[in-house]
Amino acid sequence: MQENGTRKLCIIASKGSLDMAYPPLILANAACMSGIEAHVFFTFWGLDIITKSKMKKLKVATVGNPNLSMAPYAPSIHIPTILGALPGMSALATWMMKREIDKLDFPPVDEFIEMIADAGAHLYGCKMSMDMMGLTKEDLVEPAEVLGAMEFLEVAEGAQVLFV
Amino acid sequence: MSDQSLTNTGILENVEFDDEGYMVDPHAWTPEIAEAIAAQLGITLTDRHWVVINFARKEFEANGEPPTLRRITKQTDVNTKELYQLFPGGAAKVAAKIAGLGKPTGCI
Repeated sequence: MQENGTRKLCIIASKGSLDMAYPPLILANAACMSGIEAHVFFTFWGLDIITKSKMKKLKVATVGNPNLSMAPYAPSIHIPTILGALPGMSALATWMMKREIDKLDFPPVDEFIEMIADAGAHLYGCKMSMDMMGLTKEDLVEPAEVLGAMEFLEVAEGAQVLFV
Repeated sequence: MSDQSLTNTGILENVEFDDEGYMVDPHAWTPEIAEAIAAQLGITLTDRHWVVINFARKEFEANGEPPTLRRITKQTDVNTKELYQLFPGGAAKVAAKIAGLGKPTGCI
């Protein structure tokens, strides 16, 4: 039988769009569910995922994604970047994605963060990014700690590290 | 205590497990087997564990697949924190082992 609890996963979440917020959260949760120690370091735009005023308002980017389509409603309809730039497109795509996420019984971002924190995942806000964006610890969700890059590397010692 | 362990070992001798410690046939599961598996994992089952195990078994029997952890926390009064305290070392895997269900495949 595999000896659980010895593996450690450190995820660096660097993007703050709705579609890029989920992968690090899902992986951190999966790690907790299987007994793998999980640490998530939120940096640059990824910081929005744990910023109280922003976490509920993350949006899907509809510009710069060459694969954007109307999936799952009409997967064959491709949305060119120029249309993605139209007003309301990001809001529409966000609404659609939130609906699909909910159908799969995945929680919204704020609830997801609470869930993985309760499951024992460690959450960190990147100090440098916070300074840059004028944020303090009070702006972040309750369980998140503030950490510098060097300190994060100490936490990450011996872990599998993943950059998202 | 030693009598208890002996009994437990006896029960598990007739149960088939896969390489990772999940029961091969979920239908062969009994509450006594759950007690024995839990004891092997160092867990003493309480009423709170049974809330989770009974719910998981009920769902499995109704849908043919075990519930996700999220479903357990939404449908029972056991919240995420307590769930991880009850089944330390990876709540999804440990609970599935004790409930005699296969290796969990859900992502949530």
